[in-house]
Amino acid sequence: MRSPREPLFLARQSYRRRRIEDAARLLPLFGVIAFLLPLMVGGEIGPIRLAYVFSAWFVLILSSMLLARHLGRGVGQDEHSTNSISTVDTDAADDAGGLR
Amino acid sequence: MLTFNTLVGVCFLYVVLLFLVAFVADKRARRSKVRFLTSPMIYTLSLSVYCTAWTFYGAVGYAARSGLEFVTIYLGPTLVMIGWWWFLRKLVRVGRSQRVTSIADLVSSRYGKSNLLGVLVTLIAVVGTTPYIALQLQSVTLSFAVFARDRSAGWAVPDLEQTAFWVAGGLALFTILFGTRNLDVNERHHGVVTAIAVEAVVKLVALLAVGIFVVWGVGGGPQGIASAMDQVIKAAPEGAWALQGGRWVGLTFLSAAAFLTLPRMFQVLVVENVNERQLAMASWAFPLYLFLMSLFVIPIAVVGLSLMPAGENPDLFVLTLPLYFGRDGLAMLSFLGGFSSATSMVIVASIALATMVSNHIIMPIWLSTRPGGASEYGDVRQILLTARRLSIGGILALGYLYYSISGGGSALAAIGLISFAGVAQVLPAMAGGLFWRGASRGGAVAGLITGFAIWAYTLFLPSFGDAGAMSASMLAHGPWGIEALRPQALFGVDGLDPVVHALFWSLILNCAVFILISLMSFPSPLERLQAAQFVNVLDHSGPARGRSFSAATAEDLLVMAQQIMGADQAQAWFQAQAELQGKQGYLPDTTPDFIGRLERELSGLVGTATAHAMIAQILGGATVSVDDLLAVADETQQMLEQTTQLETKQRELTLTARQLSEVNEKLTQLSIQKDAFLSQISHELRTPMTSIRAFSEILRDGGADDPQAAARHASIIHDESVRLTRLLDDLLDLSVLENGQVQLNPRREVVREVLDRAIAATSSVIDHENMHIHRNRSDEGIALYTDTDRLAQVFINLISNAAKYCDAKEKRLAIRVRQRGGRLQVDFVDNGGGVPLESQSMIFEKFSRLSDHLAAGGAGLGLAICREIMDKLGGEITYLPGQSGAAFRVTLPVGNPSTFARGAEAGVNHL
Repeated sequence: MRSPREPLFLARQSYRRRRIEDAARLLPLFGVIAFLLPLMVGGEIGPIRLAYVFSAWFVLILSSMLLARHLGRGVGQDEHSTNSISTVDTDAADDAGGLR
Repeated sequence: MLTFNTLVGVCFLYVVLLFLVAFVADKRARRSKVRFLTSPMIYTLSLSVYCTAWTFYGAVGYAARSGLEFVTIYLGPTLVMIGWWWFLRKLVRVGRSQRVTSIADLVSSRYGKSNLLGVLVTLIAVVGTTPYIALQLQSVTLSFAVFARDRSAGWAVPDLEQTAFWVAGGLALFTILFGTRNLDVNERHHGVVTAIAVEAVVKLVALLAVGIFVVWGVGGGPQGIASAMDQVIKAAPEGAWALQGGRWVGLTFLSAAAFLTLPRMFQVLVVENVNERQLAMASWAFPLYLFLMSLFVIPIAVVGLSLMPAGENPDLFVLTLPLYFGRDGLAMLSFLGGFSSATSMVIVASIALATMVSNHIIMPIWLSTRPGGASEYGDVRQILLTARRLSIGGILALGYLYYSISGGGSALAAIGLISFAGVAQVLPAMAGGLFWRGASRGGAVAGLITGFAIWAYTLFLPSFGDAGAMSASMLAHGPWGIEALRPQALFGVDGLDPVVHALFWSLILNCAVFILISLMSFPSPLERLQAAQFVNVLDHSGPARGRSFSAATAEDLLVMAQQIMGADQAQAWFQAQAELQGKQGYLPDTTPDFIGRLERELSGLVGTATAHAMIAQILGGATVSVDDLLAVADETQQMLEQTTQLETKQRELTLTARQLSEVNEKLTQLSIQKDAFLSQISHELRTPMTSIRAFSEILRDGGADDPQAAARHASIIHDESVRLTRLLDDLLDLSVLENGQVQLNPRREVVREVLDRAIAATSSVIDHENMHIHRNRSDEGIALYTDTDRLAQVFINLISNAAKYCDAKEKRLAIRVRQRGGRLQVDFVDNGGGVPLESQSMIFEKFSRLSDHLAAGGAGLGLAICREIMDKLGGEITYLPGQSGAAFRVTLPVGNPSTFARGAEAGVNHL
C-alpha cells in the first residue's frame, strides 16, 4: 500500500520545465499583441499611451527575466567548460577553420 | 570652460582607456582567464552595438519629428530577444556547432558550403553597411562641429572632413590592432568585446545622465514633461504624433529582422557567443538596456523642442541641451556617449565585414590564382591576417569615401532604415535555412538577388534623390514612362510609406522566389546533410557542449560509450582509464591519449569511421564530412552483410546442436533402458534359478529319501523350469517383435472366432478363477484381415490378466466389440479395482507389475508384448480409464490385403 503522504511521481520538474519552455515561446506573441494595441486607438499619442507602451515593455522584460531564470538553469551546465576554453589552444588549430 | 584641446584630450584619454581595456582583456584571454570575459553581463553589453550613434543622437531627433515611432527600432530587437527560445537559441547553437564565422558563412554553410552565396551575402552586407559607417563618421564630426559652433569664439572651426578622416583612421588602427591580433578558430575577440561592453556602459550612463538632467533639472519633473508634451503635440504639424499603423508594424518588423541579419549584430550575437547562459541572461537584460536607452528619449525631445531656439537640429539635442544650459561636464559625457556609439559600431561592423570579405572574396581569389596544391600555400594564417587588415582598412576607407562624396547631407540621416532594409534581405535565406530542410541553394541565391535588386531599385537608389542614379521624372513616372514600375509605387501600390513599401515588396518577392525555386530544385547531398544538421541542431545536441576538452565532454563520451559498449562495460572501462591517470571516479581527463584509446575501443564495435565521427562530434562539434558519412555507410554495409552471414551460420549451428542433443538424449535413454532391462532380466532369471538350484541340491544331498518329498521338490523344479522357459519365450518373442523380424501371416477371419479361440485357450485359468465372461456374440461378426493368431495372443493375454488380477469376489469380464469407421474396437472391461491413475502410463512398459504377483507366474512382459503386436498389426492397445474396473481397448483396422501389405512393408522399413 502506498502511504497517503507520498506524492504520486509525475516527473514534476521536467513537466514544469516544459511548460516554462512553452511560456518562453509564447511570450513574444504576447509582446506582439501588446505592442499592437496602441494602434487600436486613433489620434495623437498622449502621455497615457506613452506610459502604456513603456509599462508593457517593462512587464515583458520582467516576464522574460523570470522565465530566463528557470530556463537558464538547464543551459547553465556548460559553465565550467568555458573555464578551459583557451584561445592559445584553439590558436593552433587548423587554418581551414578560419577559411570557411 | 571647455576648449577644443580639452575635448580632444578627453577623447584621446578615452581612446587610450579603450585600448587598455582591450589589451588587458586580450591578455587575460590568452592566459585562459576568460570566466569574466565570457560572463553573460559582458555578452549582454556587447549586444549594445545595436545602439549606434544614429540611435544615440538620432532617436531624439526621430522622436522630435514623429513622436513615439522611434521606439519601434527598439521593440523589434526586444521581441527577438524575448523570443530567444525558438529562434536565437537555434541560431546560436548552429553558429557554435558549425563554427560559423559570419552571417555570410552561415548562409553559405547551410546551402552546401556554397561560396557564391557567401559572396552574395558579403556584397549585400558591404553595400548595406558602408553608408552606415559613413553615418557614424558624420555623427562624430557633427558632434565636434557642435562644440566648434558654440565655442567658435574660443577655437577655430576644425575642418569637418579632416575630423572624419582622423576618426576613420583611428578606428581602423584600433580595429586592426585588436580585431586581427590572432586568428581564433572561433572568431572571438575578447579584447574588442570587452571594450565594446565598456562603451555600452558609457553611452547608457551618458544618455541617462542627460535624461535625468533634462527631466528633473530643467523639465520640472514628470508633470512638467507631460504638460510640455501636450504643447509640443499641439505645435507639431498635423498627424506627426499620430501612430501610423503601417510604419509602426513595418518598422518593428524591420528592426527585428535587421537585429538578426546586420553583420555586426550577428558577430556579437552568434559568433562571440560562448554558451547559452549568456543568451538566457541577454534575453531580458538586453531588452532592459534598450528600455533604459529609450526611456528619456521623448522627454529630451520634448524639452528640446519647447526650450531650444527654433531651427536647432533635433538630432543633436542630446548634446546641445547640456551645452545650452552650460553643463560642460554633462555635454562632455554626452559627447563621449555618442563617440562610443559610433566607434563601437564601426569597430564591430568592420571586423564582421572584414571577416566576410577576406573569407569569401579575397581568399578564394587568392587561392585560385595560386598554382599547385595545398602544400604550396605557405603560411596561410599570415596571408589571412593580412587580408583581414586590408579589408578593415578598405571598409573604413569606403565609409569615409561615401561620407565625403555624399557630403554628409540629410540624405545620410535616412540611411539607417535603408541599410536595415538592405541587410534584412538575408532573413528569408537564414530563417528558411534554420527551419526548413527543403530550402535549397538555388532558392536562396534567387531570393537574395531578387530581394536585393528590388531593395536597390525601390529604396536605395531613390534615396540619393534627383542628383543620384534616378532622375525626378523616373521617380514620378517610372522608367520609360511605365507607371507600374515607379520605384516608390511598384505595381501601383502607392499608399505606403517608401520604406515600408520597399520592405514589403522586396521581402515578399524575396520569399516568394526563395520558396518557389526551393520547391522546384533538387539539392546536392552535402546541402541536404547540412540542412539536416541545421534544422535538427536542437534535437541531438542537448544542452550546449563546451568545445574544449573538459569533464563535461568526458561525461558525454561516457554516455555515448555506454550506448555502444553497454553500461557496465563502459563504466568499468572508464573507471580503469581514470585509475590509469590516477583519478577517482568514472571521468578521466580527456587527453589525446585517452581519446585515441577510446576511439580504438569503439572502432572495434562500430567501425573506425563511425567511431571517429562520433568522438569528433562530441569533442569538437566538428562537422562530419560527406566522405566520413560515405565511409560510415560503406562500413555499415559490410558489417550488415557480415552480420547476416553470421546469423545464418548461427542458426544452422543452433539447429545442429539441437539435433545432436536430441540424439544424445535418445541414446542416453536407450542406454538407461538397456541397463534397466538387463538388471530386470537377470533378476527375473535368477529367482527361478535360485529355487531350482536349492531344490536340486536338496535332492542331490539325500533329500530324495522320502519319495513324497522328492516328488514335491522335483515338481517345484519343474514348475520353475517351465516358468523360466516361458520367460525366455516371452523375451524372445518381445525381441523378435521389437526388432521387426516378426513374420506376419495375415488371413481373413471373423472376430468371433478369434475370441472363441482365445477364451478356449484360457479356459483353465478362467475356470480356476471362476470368472464369468459376458459377450454379445451378434456384434462379433466382423470380418478381419490380419494376423489373427497374433491378435488371439493379445486377447489371451488380456483375458488371463483379467482372470489373474481382478480383485472382485464375483469376477466378471465384459468383452464388447464394435466397428468405428473402418477400425475395430474390442474392449475388455472387468469389475475389479482397475489400475491406479499414476500407474496407467506404466503398465505397457517391460517388467512393470503393479504388485508383486510372482505367484501369478508373469514376468510383466505380457502387456509390452501386446503393445508391440498391436503396433505391428497397425493398431494399438490403450488403457481405458473411467470404467467400472480395469479396461483395455484394442483398436485395429478391419483391413484388406492391400492396406495390410503396406502396413507390413512399413513395419519392415522401420528397420
